[in-house]
Amino acid sequence: MAENTVRLKIKRQDGPNAQSRWEEFEIPYKSGMNVISAMMDIAANPVTKDGKTTTPIAYDSNCLEEICGSCAMLINGKARMACSSLVKNLEQPITVEPLSKFPLVRDLAVDRNVLFENLKKVKAWVPVDGTYDLGSGPRVTPQKQEQAYPLSNCISCTICMEVCPQFNESTGFVGAATISQVALFNDHPTGAVLKEERLHALMGDGGIHECGFAQNCVESCPKGIPLTRSISRVAGQVMVQTVKDIFSR
Amino acid sequence: MTMANPKIIVVGGGLAGLSAVIKIAEAGGNVDLFSIVPVKRSHSVCAQGGINAAKNLKGEGDSTEQHFDDTVYGGDFIANQTPIKNMCDAAPGIIDLLDRMGVPFNRTPEGLLDFRRFGGTLYHRTAFAGATTGQQLLYALDEQVRRYESDGRVTKYEHWEFLSAVLDGNRVCRGICAMNLRTMEVRTFPCDALIIATGGIGAIFGKSTNSVVCTGSAQSALYQQGAYYANGEFIQVHPTSIPGEDKLRLMSESARGEGGRVWVPRTLHDKRDPRSIPEADRFYFLEEWFPKYGNLVPRDVATRAIHRIVYEEQLGIDGQPMVYLDLTHIDRHTLDRKLEGILEIYEKFVGDDPRIHPMKIFPGMHYTMGGLWVDFKQATSIPGIFAAGECEYQYHGSNRLGANSLLSCIFGGFTAGPEALKYAKNVAKTSVEVPSSVFEAERKRQMEINSRLTSSSGTENPFRIWRELGEIMTRNVTVTRYNKNLIATDAKLVELLERYRNINLSDKGAWANTSFIFTRQLYNMLQLARVITQGATRRDESRGAHYKPEFPERDDANFLKTTKAYFAPDADEPRFEWEMVDTSIIKPRPRRYDMAK
Repeated sequence: MAENTVRLKIKRQDGPNAQSRWEEFEIPYKSGMNVISAMMDIAANPVTKDGKTTTPIAYDSNCLEEICGSCAMLINGKARMACSSLVKNLEQPITVEPLSKFPLVRDLAVDRNVLFENLKKVKAWVPVDGTYDLGSGPRVTPQKQEQAYPLSNCISCTICMEVCPQFNESTGFVGAATISQVALFNDHPTGAVLKEERLHALMGDGGIHECGFAQNCVESCPKGIPLTRSISRVAGQVMVQTVKDIFSR
Repeated sequence: MTMANPKIIVVGGGLAGLSAVIKIAEAGGNVDLFSIVPVKRSHSVCAQGGINAAKNLKGEGDSTEQHFDDTVYGGDFIANQTPIKNMCDAAPGIIDLLDRMGVPFNRTPEGLLDFRRFGGTLYHRTAFAGATTGQQLLYALDEQVRRYESDGRVTKYEHWEFLSAVLDGNRVCRGICAMNLRTMEVRTFPCDALIIATGGIGAIFGKSTNSVVCTGSAQSALYQQGAYYANGEFIQVHPTSIPGEDKLRLMSESARGEGGRVWVPRTLHDKRDPRSIPEADRFYFLEEWFPKYGNLVPRDVATRAIHRIVYEEQLGIDGQPMVYLDLTHIDRHTLDRKLEGILEIYEKFVGDDPRIHPMKIFPGMHYTMGGLWVDFKQATSIPGIFAAGECEYQYHGSNRLGANSLLSCIFGGFTAGPEALKYAKNVAKTSVEVPSSVFEAERKRQMEINSRLTSSSGTENPFRIWRELGEIMTRNVTVTRYNKNLIATDAKLVELLERYRNINLSDKGAWANTSFIFTRQLYNMLQLARVITQGATRRDESRGAHYKPEFPERDDANFLKTTKAYFAPDADEPRFEWEMVDTSIIKPRPRRYDMAK
């Protein structure tokens, strides 16, 4: 292989019901190149390594700064954000595949709406009285803010769900991202008013008890969110709530 | 007669769009929310440094009047003053609301909101949540909208692209025509009022700090349907971005707000490690040239200074178009607490730790001050269509101050929402009463555009046309503008539009065809690029971000006027008008940052 080229092996699939296939590309290397910019170059000249004309690759992306959460995919077998996957740090040929646990849309694009539905179920919000001027919010110590801030950095990329052995159709597990949002909002002085409802939502099928503490989530999170700590805290809250429920029957 | 339950459509799910949705839902209205991406992934997440509000919590005597004056002065007096005053007056209440919604703003030891300094002001006026303020604000509003969605007040149409407005025989808006980005279905949706909140136009410049979806396609489509587009020539180039292959990544102004210093070695090709270069051999040019504001001069001023250092003084690092932005003198804990998010970006995408190595940065296209023309109620010139956020022109004049954009998005959305609802309740005829032929005609028009594209068997690759567009716009229509080059640029745009007709879609598939959608957007980008370029040609003065060496002074006698472009369909090009600027509160005065105002 020439020093100044990049080889990519990309899994293609025209639609949810189509057959998948692999296509290989060899393109000029540019300094600072990442997996997205490589695919942009392919779009400008969609020709495979064998000289066959093909179509530009379909994938989700938006900010390219690892903050919108769009471009999660499997790169060399590992779930990660394509924008921050620098080509110079990757072994070649770079294999690129869609996330495997979400319905495929096309090529590398998948449907991750399940996360947003889960956030509805656990009421991941602060129920303010209204948007009219009601004065300042509750006082918060800097220490409290420093606890909340990392949890609020979750970009909904769903990598924690992709890598979780328990996240599959048979368990219906909600996954770490949603549980961590429960931890965030239960801790907020105003958000806590919905704490019981959130905990109840995590008790039934697919709830927090499905977690097998494989710890893959915390190791794969691109934002370094302490997901297992969130899960432990919420698991404790669920246990206390279960006891409370027994005595209030 | 007022209508009981009008239907409002909001296009765009960033801060402005979500703000509008919340106000409408809270007032009992029903909203259909359209977005290309899931709204939580909108470009607002990229805003880093903070949001301005004169809460005066640092004992500096700050006031909303002062915020208002800084904004008007920073924008070089070409913005209408009344809406800016309203925005600055509302800002402290908006911060309180965001705080109540749970935004994890940084705190003082007493538990109050902390504020940092930003460019173009001498006060600590910027509230912030680490260095990811936009992300945190967007999430807070996204959560409130999700709550209304659960209550059935809001219906989201994510992965839908706005194509056009449905206008009736009187050119009144009755709905939209949109395309599903997966099934490629083209459909019309009726509404009684429409709010456009579709953000920036970075893609017109190829590489910018903007997200992929920021093409300006929606604004351009409306301009081609008859909406005025105002002050398009005012384009903000952010002084500190990280050059990249796929985009320019922003390095927030907050880096300088927290004490970051911009410098170059005093001699060209100084081979020493920057850390070992003694103070005496460093040229802190912003601090020397602008002693009062130093590193926190407004963006247009800092950008031109960096260009001067690199291109005129030939002092870029190692002869390259780059200067240092240095944080290494600030202790690690403070940096992590206040700037972690942006330091991570530099570390991840460049590979150096900015806590140890001075960052290498260069100006990059960042923001459009211009946009759809709106009145003080956020209404565009097409009845029934409102606009809010970066896609409209109202709040920033010829240069936006840092941390005013999040504010203008939310304030604009908070204004547009209730105004659209009021309009919709009082509209003479509801969208339900409009004959279906009106909708069908627009759908047909859009379908014809689609089939022209899919049946075109030319030779031009749309992505390559796009690269040429970006290159010429960045070269000739950003920091320094010469009329000769602007005229050549417009000629090139005409050529690109001509070549566009000879396009070859490498993908003609009928499912989730992203290059097809991109090709549609590209046409609108080309049309809007002409508005920007010709607007710049016509403005023979220098004001804010618009700088012409041939006309280096601001010229209030001839150009204290808003540029209004409208599309002439027969000629297939823009026409222009001027409009007087509302300077009713503060009398224009010279703008300079080498001394206190």
